[in-house]
Amino acid sequence: MLINVLETLVSILLIVLAFLALSSKSLIKSVMFLSSLSMLSVLAFVLMKAPDVALTEAVIGSGLVTTLFVFTLLATRKVGQKQ
Amino acid sequence: MKKFLSIVFVLILGGLIINHLASNNLIPRFGDVVLTDRVSDAYIDRDVNGGDEDVAFGESEDLESGAANTVTAIVADYRSFDTLGEVTVLFVSSLGVALLLGQSKRRIGLEFKPNFMLKIGSRALFAIILMTGVYVILHGHLTPGGGFPGGVMIASSMLLLYLADDEFRAKMRGFKVLESMMGLLYIALGLIALFISGVFLENFMDNGTLGTLFSAGMIPLVYSIIGLKVGSEISSVIDHFLSEEGAS
Repeated sequence: MLINVLETLVSILLIVLAFLALSSKSLIKSVMFLSSLSMLSVLAFVLMKAPDVALTEAVIGSGLVTTLFVFTLLATRKVGQKQ
Repeated sequence: MKKFLSIVFVLILGGLIINHLASNNLIPRFGDVVLTDRVSDAYIDRDVNGGDEDVAFGESEDLESGAANTVTAIVADYRSFDTLGEVTVLFVSSLGVALLLGQSKRRIGLEFKPNFMLKIGSRALFAIILMTGVYVILHGHLTPGGGFPGGVMIASSMLLLYLADDEFRAKMRGFKVLESMMGLLYIALGLIALFISGVFLENFMDNGTLGTLFSAGMIPLVYSIIGLKVGSEISSVIDHFLSEEGAS
């Protein structure tokens, strides 16, 4: 029963976070929403008893990809912005 | 208007998909599947080639596949050839990154200056993440994880060093040598199995007792190779991403 409520909550939050990541104007906020989306999907994978997938998603989705995105955003500059 | 149209389009498409899945007789309802008819049951009981012994953790010896983690038994034993293809896909993507960004020499500077605490703290964290990666690789046949997540953990510890230090550059030549050596070693292991037992990448070593560290024959060896290969590949991808054109 409790697990069912938790699963429903997680899936609703996943959809909300995906919508926020798509629609937010600031790129860095979008990356943060994407990171929390993959963190929540780790929880969803654990609830669905797939620890292997959860581990891979935790390492790649919320660790590596987020850091690479943030690094790229730090390294790029807007047109006209000074060095 | 555009948003309204896209919402209507998504609703119609989603309705069609759900309606089709609900009225499809080929897909059984959730919970109604008889697992003994499915091939996954044979993988769990380790009787793909026939036989019906019970599998007990810590007791069963010399099973078809000695890995306690069933996912590992499929990925690195029953379907090891698919894993070779997967490793090749990762190799090709790393090759593409190297072709596109290989000319870049100088490291991209960071917008902020890392302070003393960040530098020292990330050195400590680097060791912990590296150890976790090695643990995940070596226990791939017992617990969730294995070569791919463990290798990415090794690469993310390298990424942490890049983040914490402005001047840090890993020695990429060593990583490239390691990567190609590991790729060759994987194929060599497959060829050795071909000569010994007649099937490419067949698990020819002793399977041991299910659930112990030194068990499952070739699987820990294969996963160490994959882990080192994935780790060095993704580290070199990160290095290419964080460097830009110009003289060093």
